[in-house]
Amino acid sequence: MNLVLSALAWIFAPERFVGTSSIPTRLGEHLTYTVVPFAIACAIAIPLGYLIGHTGKGRQFAIALSGAVRALPSFGLILLLVLLIGVLQIRLAVVVALVLLAIPSILAGAYAGLEAIDRRTIDAARAVGMTEWQILTQVEIPLGLSLLVGGMRSGILQIVATATLASYVGLGGLGYDIIQGIALRRYDQTLGGAIVVVVLALALDGLFALLQQLAQRAGAPTGRSRSIPMPPRAVASVAGVGGS
Amino acid sequence: MNWLSNNLDLVLELTVQHLRLSILPIVLGFVISIPLGYVAHRYRFSRALVLSVVGILYTVPSLALFVFLPSITGLSLLSEGNVTIALVIYAVAIMARSVAEALDSVDPDIRQAATAMGYSGWRRFWTVEFPLAGPVMLAGLRVVAVSTIALVTVGIIVGVQSLGYLFTNGFQRRIVEEVFSGLVATMAIALLVDLALAAIGRAVMPWIRSEARPGQPRAAAEVTS
Repeated sequence: MNLVLSALAWIFAPERFVGTSSIPTRLGEHLTYTVVPFAIACAIAIPLGYLIGHTGKGRQFAIALSGAVRALPSFGLILLLVLLIGVLQIRLAVVVALVLLAIPSILAGAYAGLEAIDRRTIDAARAVGMTEWQILTQVEIPLGLSLLVGGMRSGILQIVATATLASYVGLGGLGYDIIQGIALRRYDQTLGGAIVVVVLALALDGLFALLQQLAQRAGAPTGRSRSIPMPPRAVASVAGVGGS
Repeated sequence: MNWLSNNLDLVLELTVQHLRLSILPIVLGFVISIPLGYVAHRYRFSRALVLSVVGILYTVPSLALFVFLPSITGLSLLSEGNVTIALVIYAVAIMARSVAEALDSVDPDIRQAATAMGYSGWRRFWTVEFPLAGPVMLAGLRVVAVSTIALVTVGIIVGVQSLGYLFTNGFQRRIVEEVFSGLVATMAIALLVDLALAAIGRAVMPWIRSEARPGQPRAAAEVTS
């Protein structure tokens, strides 16, 4: 436990809060390398996932993709892309790697959210004369929101964890202290860096857990409840009764 | 293919080492997850507890966990034991949930029928519930195997040898082919182990085919895993 105490002492030392390698700077770098790839991955994966979920086509492709990416060692992917894209464009290479790693979970969240909706609900929407676009935007997206946020949650955690490894190629971020501490055999620095990363990951996880609950409340039931009948509110919003 | 043909021995040696490092966490993770998953399946209170603890453990980034463990285990930072324990933790984090969901998927009528025929709780679990939960557990185990094999490579940062050595060594020497070989070899092992598990599953669980129902529950499981 002494090690943890010395790590905490390292974190809260005054020099950790000033200069170019202070914890706030590293945290900022880490967040940048989390948010930018996450936004790009969402922009690619959500429309694609909705296309798959709405049309029902390409599901096999999405499953194969997520299986392949799960087997892909993320650390190796980063190093390979840095070598391929060029050592001078490390940032681009790392962002590309992180986007690729986050896409499958977000994609799965998007299409699973749509797939999990009771078919009768969608048939009802079609029967009352909704266009395909209206079905997608007014029925499928709100009902599938909770599972989508769940997929985004795993995606962002994947990015946070992998961005830690990106420090190996000299990108800064919170992994920097872990890796430098290992090289210098300064265990308080290594452990201190690890603690800050864990806190960041848990905070993001908590944030997305909250968003997921909000999405669930806004949308209606979670995807799993195939056997549970739809709550009246969801059916009402589909059927257009209830005057909303 | 020059680098690969000159270094085939190295790649093979690292592959064997990689497999050796992967197998123990996969097996231990499965064994530990059975009681945990059962407890999570059985009582509402323990379900919330077990699933939230494994959920939090799964959130911890791998490199952070590798360097955090020595302060608990007392092992050296560069010891192989830390990586093994970390991988067991990740395996349990995925597998405990999977076992709980697998046991949930067993038809309650079958459970009652077994009780009515006079099965004791212990015997009912091992001869009725556990085999019937097998196909869903196997799906979870395959996810565990593939992600464990990928995660082993991160161990090279704390000095634990595996195919990850080809990543760092190839990167430092700027040999694209070396990094690429490491990537392909890791994925090849993952694929082979995955296929082997599927084959074993079909051999020991002949009922697996009738059990396979593509559809919503699986899609939801993929998102959470």
